[in-house]
Amino acid sequence: MRVLQRFYLIEVMSGVALTAAHFFRNMSGHVRHSLGQKGARGAVTIQYPEERRPYSPRLRSLHRLVQREDGSPRCVACMMCETVCPAHCIYIVATEHPNPEIEKMPARFDIDVGKCVFCGYCVEACPEDAIRMDTGILEFASYSRRGMVYTKEALLALQPAGPDGRPQSTIPIPADREP
Amino acid sequence: MSALADVGIVFGRVAFAMLFVVNVAAILGWVERKQSAIMQDRIGANRASIFGFRVLGLFHPIADAIKMLTKEDFMPARADRFLFQLAPFVSVFFGLVAFASIPFGDTLRVAGREIPLQAVTLNVGVLYVFAMLSLGVYGVMMAGWSSANNYALLGGQRAAALMISAEIAIGASIMGVVMWYGSLDLMDIVRGQGALLFGWIPKWGIVTQPLAFVIFVTAGIAATKRIPFDMPEGESEIIGYFIEYSGMKFGMFLMSDLVETTVIAGLTTSLFLGGWQVPYLVAEGFLFPWGAALPLPHLLVVLLQVGAFIVKVSAMIFFLMLVRWTLPRFRYDQAMRLGWLGLFPLSILNIVLTGLVLLLWGGRA
Repeated sequence: MRVLQRFYLIEVMSGVALTAAHFFRNMSGHVRHSLGQKGARGAVTIQYPEERRPYSPRLRSLHRLVQREDGSPRCVACMMCETVCPAHCIYIVATEHPNPEIEKMPARFDIDVGKCVFCGYCVEACPEDAIRMDTGILEFASYSRRGMVYTKEALLALQPAGPDGRPQSTIPIPADREP
Repeated sequence: MSALADVGIVFGRVAFAMLFVVNVAAILGWVERKQSAIMQDRIGANRASIFGFRVLGLFHPIADAIKMLTKEDFMPARADRFLFQLAPFVSVFFGLVAFASIPFGDTLRVAGREIPLQAVTLNVGVLYVFAMLSLGVYGVMMAGWSSANNYALLGGQRAAALMISAEIAIGASIMGVVMWYGSLDLMDIVRGQGALLFGWIPKWGIVTQPLAFVIFVTAGIAATKRIPFDMPEGESEIIGYFIEYSGMKFGMFLMSDLVETTVIAGLTTSLFLGGWQVPYLVAEGFLFPWGAALPLPHLLVVLLQVGAFIVKVSAMIFFLMLVRWTLPRFRYDQAMRLGWLGLFPLSILNIVLTGLVLLLWGGRA
């Protein structure tokens, strides 16, 4: 230790000066922000539920099923995603589509998000561009394993995220939780 | 009628001092959270709200109080029932009464009466404050002993050891101030700081006794038992003397730390920062060293003085918080060494130096 450091007092003063400089710089940022200067910030905090960090467009978030123009799923129940899924979290039951030009459609399309590893292979594998992971929704905690299973209806209702990455559709509340 | 007025005046003086400490200590919890947050580039607690109004998180102290009052009041089976109940009250009581002899303004003259703005006029004010501050550690020791918990006992022991090593340095460091201003009465000491050195520097304690100021503030921080001198609590090792306490009794221990911070800030203000003195403000108004004068009515002068006292105490509290949120904590042996081998000899040296200066420059210069 240097002699000055042994006295401690000077080191204390320099430390206090550093934190005090932070205090006054941040305080002026807070004051200018509250006076209407929106660019001024006093803290690096992002106040999460109201504010979100801008997400990358490549983010793989909660899945959604793309709709046709008539509102039915674009999915043709070819089982490609179910086959490619490394976590076996997709469960499809196929049925006939009323339109004879379209061979099949899913009667059930369940994704167990609790098993999903968010690899995005299902999106890559889909020949119909029927499943996407662009909702921007990352909040899907639930109290039970049952609550992690998203059905066809829930997945069809989801909208893609906005240009800033914010989720457009409301975050689905799992079945085991009261709204 | 006159007797009634006298009682009312005494009541008012005590109420001001008492409510000042209690309210400042209550709001210090919020100040501490916010100040530390702003120092660390954060925002700090701001979620408690009433009808959607958050008011910068000012409801958090209220929320904390409600939480603590409604929590289970637990007592260990083998605890000493009486001492365990008594300890938090002792701890917070002596912190609160210590503020009584700190003057918050000069004599107020209203309707032919002279009211000293001080809760209790004591000619041994300095000794009284230190007696009360030292007695406060009994609550901590009681808590440590009566909890029937080894860690609590360890915390209480450490608090006692820390208090002794800090109090000695505090007592010895203010001897220089007492020698310089020639009184143990805090009011007299503050009055003495109104004089001017070389005709233009206010003769505050920090100017006349800089070494004592450093020693006093360091030992004062130790006396508040907060970081960097938090070995009675020792969050990372023993969790301290209040380990068995819960609910509002735990809250009272937390509050007594903040009350002591307020008292130390008030004492530092009175002894070293000129107390209620505003530079160049005398009883008739401003009298600047370059000859200009600005006469002011008596009430305004008193109001300015009380305001100056509050501003100085706030600034001192800000500084104490700044230190608390800047420095890492001392180890137990480091704190002991600092107290006994650093601060204590330095304060003795300060007494000797002050005596020499007074001897050479003749009387109270």
